Amino acid sequence: MDNIEVTPNQDRELSVVGKPIPKLDAAQKAMGRAEYIQDIKLPGMLYGKILYSKFANANIVKIDTSKAKALAGVHAVLTGEDVPKKMKMGFIKDNPPIKKGRVSSFRDEVAAVAAISLDIAKKALDLIEIEYEELEGIFDPEKAMEKDSPLVHEHLKSNVLKMPWNIHYGDVEKAEKESAFVVEDKFTTTWVTHCCMGTSGAIALFDAADNLTIYSNTQIPSLAQKDFLESLKAMGLENKRARVIKPIIGGGFGSKLDTYAYEHIAILLAHKCKKPVKIMFDRVEEFNATSTRQPTVIYIKQGCDKNGRLTFRDMRMVLDNGAHTSWGATTPSVMLMPISSLYKVENVKYNAKCVYTNNTYSQAMRGYGNPQATFAIESSMDILAEKAGMDRIEFRKINKNQSGDETPQGLKITSCGLEECIDAVKEELKFDNNSEKGVGTGIASLIHVGGGARIYGSDGCGAILKMDDYGKVDIFTGGTDMGQGLDNITAQIVAEELGLLAEDINVVHSDTDVCPWDVGAHASRSTFVAGNAALGAAKKVKKKIQEFASKILDVPAKDIKFKDRNVFFPGDPEKSMPIGKLLRKAHFSPNGTMLMAENFYDPDNRNMGKDLKGNMSMTYSFGAHGVKVKVDEETGKVEVLEYVAAHDVGRAINPLLLEGQVYGGVVMGLGYALTEEVVHQNGKNMNANFRDYKLFTAKDAVKIKAPVIETIDKDGPFGAKGIGEPGCVPTAPAVANAIYDAVGVRIKDLPITPEKVLAALKEKKGD
Amino acid sequence: MEKLQITLNINGKDQALLVQPNDTLLEVLRDELDLTGSKESCSEGICGSCTIQMDGKPVRSCLTLAMEAQGTKIKTVEGLANGDELSNLQQSFIDHGAVQCGICTPGMLMSADALLSETLNPDDTTIRQALSGNICRCTGYSKIVEAVAHAGKPEKSCPDCQTKE
Repeated sequence: MDNIEVTPNQDRELSVVGKPIPKLDAAQKAMGRAEYIQDIKLPGMLYGKILYSKFANANIVKIDTSKAKALAGVHAVLTGEDVPKKMKMGFIKDNPPIKKGRVSSFRDEVAAVAAISLDIAKKALDLIEIEYEELEGIFDPEKAMEKDSPLVHEHLKSNVLKMPWNIHYGDVEKAEKESAFVVEDKFTTTWVTHCCMGTSGAIALFDAADNLTIYSNTQIPSLAQKDFLESLKAMGLENKRARVIKPIIGGGFGSKLDTYAYEHIAILLAHKCKKPVKIMFDRVEEFNATSTRQPTVIYIKQGCDKNGRLTFRDMRMVLDNGAHTSWGATTPSVMLMPISSLYKVENVKYNAKCVYTNNTYSQAMRGYGNPQATFAIESSMDILAEKAGMDRIEFRKINKNQSGDETPQGLKITSCGLEECIDAVKEELKFDNNSEKGVGTGIASLIHVGGGARIYGSDGCGAILKMDDYGKVDIFTGGTDMGQGLDNITAQIVAEELGLLAEDINVVHSDTDVCPWDVGAHASRSTFVAGNAALGAAKKVKKKIQEFASKILDVPAKDIKFKDRNVFFPGDPEKSMPIGKLLRKAHFSPNGTMLMAENFYDPDNRNMGKDLKGNMSMTYSFGAHGVKVKVDEETGKVEVLEYVAAHDVGRAINPLLLEGQVYGGVVMGLGYALTEEVVHQNGKNMNANFRDYKLFTAKDAVKIKAPVIETIDKDGPFGAKGIGEPGCVPTAPAVANAIYDAVGVRIKDLPITPEKVLAALKEKKGD
Repeated sequence: MEKLQITLNINGKDQALLVQPNDTLLEVLRDELDLTGSKESCSEGICGSCTIQMDGKPVRSCLTLAMEAQGTKIKTVEGLANGDELSNLQQSFIDHGAVQCGICTPGMLMSADALLSETLNPDDTTIRQALSGNICRCTGYSKIVEAVAHAGKPEKSCPDCQTKE
């Protein structure tokens, strides 16, 4: 692309970056030797277990724990009375880890035990006697907004959270009047959950000086450390230390972006028992007591002029917050991005209300609100294209984002391969060739943060790099690998910069005693932010090596190059030396030195202002997905025949792992589109198992084509942008659009089950 | 509950064990023998993470009592490699990027290994059918299917491979 500034760093021939190097810990995992939290046992360790509420909304009248405490092997029993008053979770601190006096959802914790075995801990829970007084619950967020609705938290006087999600860029009313075509629809999305194959767990222990070590399945070691320090303070343990170690984890997908009650309960139990306490979720708990993607009710109105240019977009949403507040309530900040900036649209209005109910509370999940918003936007784009009598692909291309744009929200579009993605999808999937009955194609695009996301005071990541006497590197990164491959990305970037092989780089991560600070593995930010942190550290060490080599080889420092574990001067084959040998010379001489460097990279992106404007990311990733489906008109079943997912990734640091992110994201998105739903009945989860919560299996999934568009972003490490989340962002609307193309029914409620398709087909025939 | 002595043949070795009659094979493998490669994920025989082989057939170790496994030849993921030398299938999983978080990997490997011992060169549909009892949330299955297809081919290379010449 000629409009992209290519820095010298990104222009050169690459030997490690861009290579499909298998995941560095794959052999350990394939041999069954990788140690997950499930596999860790510490000497003297006790087993903790949590008791949950029997009602969605109730007063706790009486708790009797005497029988549980008397059971042999039980070391501690906790209730809400044992939780320090200031020990609360969530960013508005509305959620104590064990509730006292009142429960407001089925997942509310009411007691916890620690015992010498899991069996005894479970028996102890059965012996806890609780008398409840059941109260009327509220489960529909729109009803919960009504004036006479029961209140989930009476002291707040309203079920609507005080959140700032209200924007108006340009003049939507005027633009609507001037539009040639306007469409208006309502879309709804429901609860889905991460289904990490490794369930959640933590082990907490204290040393003799009351410093905490906690092994936990977290995506945010540094922010979790802050939460745990606050809990220690609430427990009267001010100025103590908290070390967070994240072992290898069985998936994240956003589920571990906040700290959970089980972690804080493990801390309380470990402190009380003076022994390590492990709490592991079973699968039922994983379904019931981890947080979902937030359900939404979405009203969308958008219009275009007679030439097909978008004129305005007006959206309103109601989000089911559940009974407590976690990051789910902040997802409108990310929804704002596609709403204001997917395609060029000058006039934008958006209002979102997060509403307390007695349902489960929501949290972050891959895409962080973007899949819900994009479902409505991209379904509506097809509806509007049809109303305007335009080809749906052409309609999208007319309105495409471009490099150099500044969107109404203030997002600065630097590199942008949206049009190339749309073209790639069109090329791979034959859109006009749907003559077979019940077969149709659909397309949908996406924008997502690809260069960090400043939603916190810092969006930074630190890296410390040291080299040994043999030319091997240890890099301590703030970034976190949870299977997505940050270990490889870090190793490949460092190896490339220092002329080493990926296997020469040992990546140490996820231990707050050893690794520098990082805001966490979220917002598809790790490749960009942790990658730049590592690259900066490597550059610093490189400079030191060049200076030293300059003296030894007697050539200018700037002319010294690195390749195949050697430093060399291109003009003279004699002037070359293995890096290890050079490092030994540097080390073992008078006034010797060891090569080390530290680097903290914080991108120059911005927090949103009070007007909710601001360039939250250094760059944005784009993509377009196309799908061909077959709809069985007898059963309503939708079969996915072909899938193409094209993404502008900046640069593929590792094409093998990149494909893994895209394929995995797409299949998660297909589940969101077609099969997945946590069924809640009056707040109770009715399908907390893999039999009734339908994930795609190998038999349901298809081979996915994943064209990669490289736009070489000027700020990304070697030009790379983030790509962890986009795979599941436009999947549902692409499928919904394909179903409409196939059989002429528009399903506006996820998931698109056979029942919904059949009902719509019946209604259509009835007309 | 009283413990009973049993002998299990695991990865080619007889192991004498004291177990309770209601101990599952998965519990005994993980907790008594420290063979923690087999993973517990759903505990009700749906997800396949705990898949091992009994007499060459893939079996859910979370639904199998240790007592029932007496007299069979049990193979776990730890028995796939020959010492540190990986099996073709394990190597293929690594090379094809079929491993992400890795929790499903041992079960996938054991199901796939059982398939390949019966079927030479299985096609895409056969592989997907054989793996349909093993859930993976990370990979979207494509790379796992490619890895099994490659390992099942008599020749060293397959057209889909980026990693092998």
